[in-house]
Amino acid sequence: MTDIKTYDVAIIGAGPAGLTAAMYCARAGLDCAMVEAVSFGGQLAQTEHLENYPGFNQSMSGYELSEIIHQQAEGFGAKTIYDEVTSVDFQSDPKVLTMAYGTIQAKVVIVATGARPAKLGLPNEDALKGSGISYCATCDGNFFKGKDVVIVGGGDTAAADAIYLSRICNKIYMIVRRDELRATAIYHEKLDHLENVEIVWNTVVEEALEDDGMVSGVKLRNRVTGEESELPVSAIFIAVGTTPNTEFLDGKLELDQTAHIVADEMGKTSVPGVFAAGDVRTKVLRQVSTGVGDGANAADAAADYLLNVM
Amino acid sequence: MSEVIASKDFQSKVMDADKPVLVDFFATWCGPCKRVAPVLDEIANEMAGKAYVYKVDIDQSPDLAASYRVNSVPTLILFDKGQIKNKVLGAVPKQQIMGMFA
Repeated sequence: MTDIKTYDVAIIGAGPAGLTAAMYCARAGLDCAMVEAVSFGGQLAQTEHLENYPGFNQSMSGYELSEIIHQQAEGFGAKTIYDEVTSVDFQSDPKVLTMAYGTIQAKVVIVATGARPAKLGLPNEDALKGSGISYCATCDGNFFKGKDVVIVGGGDTAAADAIYLSRICNKIYMIVRRDELRATAIYHEKLDHLENVEIVWNTVVEEALEDDGMVSGVKLRNRVTGEESELPVSAIFIAVGTTPNTEFLDGKLELDQTAHIVADEMGKTSVPGVFAAGDVRTKVLRQVSTGVGDGANAADAAADYLLNVM
Repeated sequence: MSEVIASKDFQSKVMDADKPVLVDFFATWCGPCKRVAPVLDEIANEMAGKAYVYKVDIDQSPDLAASYRVNSVPTLILFDKGQIKNKVLGAVPKQQIMGMFA
């Protein structure tokens, strides 16, 4: 039987919260590892420009920032295991994380698995993903140079995506459910000044129209008048919020109604010695800055738990 | 680093290859592509002798991107004997990429 390594702290996920937790744990002298399914950065790595992270101006891309924090965490001795956690046992001592290619144990676990873009729920949504349906404007916008597209959503991500796409695409229709934007005020003015962005209020997407396996348009419905209409577009960008990555927990931590982990500001969950940080946790504002704060808090709580409880 | 191949080499290196070939259609400006690159290098090492791993820069080879209808990056396509065997979109975990060979 091969020896299974036991860490002081295992951190699941290496987005802003996980990276920061790892940095604080390692700097506190704890033996810690981040387990990351794809690569560090999480949703941050898909962000074109960070306008609202203190200390960095627009010249910094999300990927670059995540790279810097990752180097910083590894510089203090944190390890990165590139593998996906498939199941957890939080009742055993130490706690066990089963991954696709191995197993590790840890005295304390910090869950920082973040969230992924939510789907709109259209019947042909999965089939058209990559064929005109996209959840990442900065990744896929360039494929629709000079074309007409829609962006669905009225929050910060949708607004930022509309602004980004306005520089690439011919015409951008922003499909907003309500009669106002949820996006931060600074975006409203920017959108107002963009001649090729048109906001379509009180409207939902009923159907993605396709031609030969590619998006060819959208069928819309006005929620107030009930009127239906069609727009010929080449792409549908979807930015209607996020879904937390908590499926792998399989009921082993208490979740709220939206499947986020119930945890307080220090990341304390329903299981002693398991903490949650970042977008995966119940909270109001999900930003890089709040994720980073969560990571630091959870690391501190983990250190405290190791010292006083174990 | 897995080799980036030009359009003119696609026939010989991918279509006529004697083993399965995993092709990563990527773009230099795409964050998730950077995330998946080290994973592909690992897979290239592990699959050495059994398969090839190449990359296609979609801005350098728009013809290839168009003929394989790549409208999202990264797009991973597994070719075997000149045929498309499997296709995965986006940065995904290693075992999902390995699963393409199964």
